[in-house]
Amino acid sequence: MSTTEAAPTGTDPADEPVAVAPVNPPHTGSVATRRLGLAAIVLLALTLLFALVISPPEANQRDAVRLFYIHLPAIAVMYVAFLITAVGSIMYLRKGSVYWDLLAGAAAELGVLFCSFVLVTGSLWGKPTWGVYWQWDPRLTSTTVLFVMYLGYLAVRRLELPPDVRSRRAAVLGIVSFGNVFIVHYSVQWWRGLHQGQTLGVDTKMDGLMLFSFFIGLVAFLTLAAWLLIHRFRVAWLAREVEQMGLAQALAERRAETDATGLVGRSR
Amino acid sequence: MLRDTWLMTVKDLRIELTSRVVMAQILPFGLLILILFGLAISPDLVVVGEARRPVIEEIAPGLFWLTVLLSALMALGRAFALEADDGNLDALRMAGLDPAGVFLGKALAVTVQLVAVETVLGFGAFVVFGAPVARPGLLAATVLLATVGITLAGTLYAALAAGLRVRDTLVPLLVLPVLAPVLLGATQASRDALFADPGVPGWSWAGLLAVFSLLYLGVGMLAFGPLLEES
Repeated sequence: MSTTEAAPTGTDPADEPVAVAPVNPPHTGSVATRRLGLAAIVLLALTLLFALVISPPEANQRDAVRLFYIHLPAIAVMYVAFLITAVGSIMYLRKGSVYWDLLAGAAAELGVLFCSFVLVTGSLWGKPTWGVYWQWDPRLTSTTVLFVMYLGYLAVRRLELPPDVRSRRAAVLGIVSFGNVFIVHYSVQWWRGLHQGQTLGVDTKMDGLMLFSFFIGLVAFLTLAAWLLIHRFRVAWLAREVEQMGLAQALAERRAETDATGLVGRSR
Repeated sequence: MLRDTWLMTVKDLRIELTSRVVMAQILPFGLLILILFGLAISPDLVVVGEARRPVIEEIAPGLFWLTVLLSALMALGRAFALEADDGNLDALRMAGLDPAGVFLGKALAVTVQLVAVETVLGFGAFVVFGAPVARPGLLAATVLLATVGITLAGTLYAALAAGLRVRDTLVPLLVLPVLAPVLLGATQASRDALFADPGVPGWSWAGLLAVFSLLYLGVGMLAFGPLLEES
């Protein structure tokens, strides 16, 4: 689309709007993502069916085991998302491409969302199994620290800084945070291991149908995560475009203002 | 690089000598926190079991290290408040200082100040909580390694928010989760140093502190360049 061709000839170029709003407002959906979204819905419905109806209760935990069919997939999505953030951060520092930065940010939001989901489902599982919502279980404790750590990462992404400075700081944080995941996890595990003999796990035997239910849940959550990630990335991209469009428009308005008052080129 | 480190350290310590912010404000703050812990946790509670120690003595290592963490946050904030005005960090870059040297210098200056604060706080905790010291060598090693870990990681994260209006609220959110392993390691190692606790491998925890410090030494030296480069 070329704005110079569409403009009537003979007008002053300064009158021309710099940023032209597209006829069709941009949206984040496409044929491929609609199909992906549809697949996610179907898979999530299948997950519910298998987790709640078809799969049998477990010998030790009885019905509480059903939470695992969404708890474990959420953990998988969380780690994949934080890994994408780290990779995106490394690539941003190496290539300086804004795509990698936006991808890292979108993945971190996804990771925080699923991390909170992991914590909630974990606590809900803890109530019938341990008798309490919170235990100083190594995984629960370290996951909570991880959650707060990535909230800090998201806070850095919102800092009032020039975009590239902010992106660079976020990238450094995105890389270091992923390393921290291991340090925190290892140290907390060691701490609890020394004091309580072992972790408060409950023996779980998964037979074929239970494994299959878990597998369906994993595929469903990964599909959902992919859909969310693509859309979040596109929204972030559009937000960035709007930000720049706003700047271009403000510049054009200022220019028009000075032209109208005729102050250009005159000494004051 | 070492010369730049030395320059930064001496500069920050000179500023502290004339302004006395750490010694006259942050240290009293730490002592106050120790007293407040005493008020919050009744000194009359006694641990049931074979130890028969007062609760406050039993948890003294944890309280001490929490106090150190809070004081460290303030000291780090102070260290970067020095550089916030008039684009000081840019000026440091333009003066040709090595970013890794700036990082090490700031961390070293905070370490020196924090060790001084901890020494006084340690005597305070000894008096107020009344804990014995069974292994002074382990205690000294723990204090040194934990402090280096706190300042190295803290300097890296404080630089992320340097010169911003939200600095005071953002830095604790960034630093405290990262320092959770240091709090764990320092508390466990100190427990062993104070009570010679047979169930706690104090030197192994001190080893964890050393590994943490080494990791952040490397990360900080690598990452400070991209962090200092503005626009």
